[in-house]
Amino acid sequence: MSTTTMRQHAPVRAESRGIRNWLKLHVDLLPTLAAIVIFVAMIIYGEVAYGRILQANTLSNLLINNAHLIILAAGMTFVILTGGIDLSVGAIIAFSSVSGVLLINAGWDPWLVMGLMVLIGSAFGVTSGILIQYFNVQPFIATLAMMFLGRGLAAMLSTVPERLADDSPVRLLATNFKLIDGPKVNDLVITPGVIIAVIVVGIAFFVLHRTRMGRTVYAIGGSEQSAGLMGLPVPRTKLWVYVISGTLAGLAAVVYTARLGSAQNITGIGWELDAIAATVIGGTLLTGGVGFVLGSVVGALVLGLMNVLITRDGGIPPEATTIITGCILLVFVLLQRLVLARRRE
Amino acid sequence: MTPAPAPVVEMTGITVAFPGVLALDDVDLRLFPGEVHAIMGENGAGKSTLVKALTGAYQLERGEIRIDGVVRRLTTPVESAAAGIAPVYQDSHLVPNLSVAENVMLGNETRRRFGINWTATRRRAADMLGQLGLDDLDPRVRLSVLPPAIQQLVAIARAMVGAPRVLVLDEPTSSLEPDEVDRLFAVVRRLRDRGVAIVFISHFLEQVYAISDRMTVLRNGRREGEYLTKRLDRADLISKMIGKDIAGLQALGSQRQSHLHEPLGGEVYRAASLARRGQMEPIDLTLHRGEIVGLAGLRGSGRTELAYLMSGAERADSGALWIDGRRSTIATPRAGLRHRVAMSSENRRVEGVIEDLSVRDNIVLALQALRGWARPITREERDDLVDSYIEGLGIRPAAPDTPVRYLSGGAQQKVLLARWLATRPRVLILDEPTRGVDIAAKLDIQRRVAQLARDGVAVVFISSELEEVVRLSDRIVVLKDREKIGEITNGPGVTVDTIVELIAADHEPSE
Repeated sequence: MSTTTMRQHAPVRAESRGIRNWLKLHVDLLPTLAAIVIFVAMIIYGEVAYGRILQANTLSNLLINNAHLIILAAGMTFVILTGGIDLSVGAIIAFSSVSGVLLINAGWDPWLVMGLMVLIGSAFGVTSGILIQYFNVQPFIATLAMMFLGRGLAAMLSTVPERLADDSPVRLLATNFKLIDGPKVNDLVITPGVIIAVIVVGIAFFVLHRTRMGRTVYAIGGSEQSAGLMGLPVPRTKLWVYVISGTLAGLAAVVYTARLGSAQNITGIGWELDAIAATVIGGTLLTGGVGFVLGSVVGALVLGLMNVLITRDGGIPPEATTIITGCILLVFVLLQRLVLARRRE
Repeated sequence: MTPAPAPVVEMTGITVAFPGVLALDDVDLRLFPGEVHAIMGENGAGKSTLVKALTGAYQLERGEIRIDGVVRRLTTPVESAAAGIAPVYQDSHLVPNLSVAENVMLGNETRRRFGINWTATRRRAADMLGQLGLDDLDPRVRLSVLPPAIQQLVAIARAMVGAPRVLVLDEPTSSLEPDEVDRLFAVVRRLRDRGVAIVFISHFLEQVYAISDRMTVLRNGRREGEYLTKRLDRADLISKMIGKDIAGLQALGSQRQSHLHEPLGGEVYRAASLARRGQMEPIDLTLHRGEIVGLAGLRGSGRTELAYLMSGAERADSGALWIDGRRSTIATPRAGLRHRVAMSSENRRVEGVIEDLSVRDNIVLALQALRGWARPITREERDDLVDSYIEGLGIRPAAPDTPVRYLSGGAQQKVLLARWLATRPRVLILDEPTRGVDIAAKLDIQRRVAQLARDGVAVVFISSELEEVVRLSDRIVVLKDREKIGEITNGPGVTVDTIVELIAADHEPSE
């Protein structure tokens, strides 16, 4: 009897102070905090071991080179929070960017084409969403089909790199704006692509935490059946999640194409997995219901920084990159297990 | 609680049909504000169906629902909710990964220009919880860290957000501890006093008597009547639920009977304080060689749960077990089988026969599993075994290759019996072996069970037909509200009434 009484009073409003209590309420934040800690540790290690990491131009480049991945990871966060997965985003980028460059080179209005590139992503997302929600196809299979479709369509359009003219308005998105003109090349630089990524993350954060639609995303991840019985719009929300992911993949295609100035059908192979890795490293549970879009940004930056460090080291063979990525991923998944286990106590 | 003159909800002539069955046939239900109304009946009597007709989950074949005197069509849960009816389901349907506040307010969050205003939302959630007397609950805490009882209360708080007129509680106490039930009841009384009409469904008779003001009794999809709880005593209620008129029961203020006679055979199975939280209160039970022990009780009293615990289909979380005098544990059906404790489930089609396999394969299944797949039963042994059981039990048609799907219910039951007999059990638990079986097969099965006992098997016999239990058993263990309330040694004086009276007499006088 005494144990039940104890348990009954466990959730009693305790002193709101103290780290233990704070952790108890925010145990979901732990993996994300760990990602931030690791990111900071990597910066410190890089600075100590190789130098020239903690300076404006390195960090600017980190953002500029990973803007597309941040956008992808933001979209993937929505999908994974519902307990789903989207494997099609890499292929969407390939198809969207190849068709975009071809259309611009064919003389279409570049601004219109950029809009179209985003909408191509939305169209893929809508298709996946309908397959998943109304034809009851597993998300894995539906988006796998979309991945093959996108990749195939891109290859039908062209199998060689398609170059954009250097004066194309698309490349404006990759213009460097110097915010701080530092000594030598050490400038704090920003591109419209980075600004787009920041806005996307901001909106995603707002939607997930401050709208009913966002809370429904979390509820679906917790228990889809319960969410339905609670009267939440489950089918509509699940459809939206894939539309968001597809649309952001289209947007990422625009940002990436602008930076690179060319497109090819093999662009973006494996990026869906990078996006998933970034999301998981950032603390989102693959089973859904727990995670933060800001965590996914940190996850994307961890992956990006890792590449920088490996390049700087010079001694690590490039082939080892994927192994290191795998190890980091594993560490984070184990960390999540640990948190889950603690929660069950 | 003077009953208010006008009912909030009036359901009349409600008929709900499922393919091939009338689940509800011309049932009436009146709900008054400020009253707890219990819907009583055995499993399958139509309680849940009636509630689902009210919450818009089922379509009505006939009948009408009036709310405040106005006829309303409640065809979807949304329409039902709009009419002020809020259901709280048996397993609380909440989202474990979100906070208490969110679970209460999901879909009803306070919004401002910049999206959800969390401060205001949390405050409203805390208000809601406070109104239920749950001030001590931190709304920021994750739902999953709370015990089921508190989750259940959170579910009620959620249901109350829309200020409903009617709150439907379907088996809210089925997994709660007694002190947790008290807390739930405190909340229910508080809501009742605020004028909410509460529908309460529970298997636990004593809880119904403790909380309800009025009850509607259902039997086999029909309404037996509506009664004021304080005017209907337990014996009357039971006789109305099971449809037997028990004359003069009130006169018998008899107490529990528990005098064990000397058993003939040796002890083969003894359980001490066997229990599983939320399913079965601690129970002591001894079985002897060659005796038939009947488990009697209303449907839902814990008969099947006990069978599961005894055979390892469910793991007991406390208690001790001796088989042939040796301390043992049975945590899985496989372990049960190794100790020669076999159970034949009441759910013949789902947990019993494999419909697409032949009679032969169904019979040897358990024996083969017992031996392990590395040591196959030889063809001759198998055919001998199958033939002898088909012969001995009279399975018709006597064709071992027939898929079991094509056999009658009685024949399927015999196939199951043969399957467990092939393992040479020391203890055989038969849960509803005669349900849905025609009368000839029923008598036949009863005869075989008696023969088994003469052969030295300890048989546990479970049936909803009390006559059958009384006719067959040497001893009868009576269950009520997931608890053993008595044990009767069968004899000339023991009748169905003895058992019913025992169930009715078992209650705390001051409730």
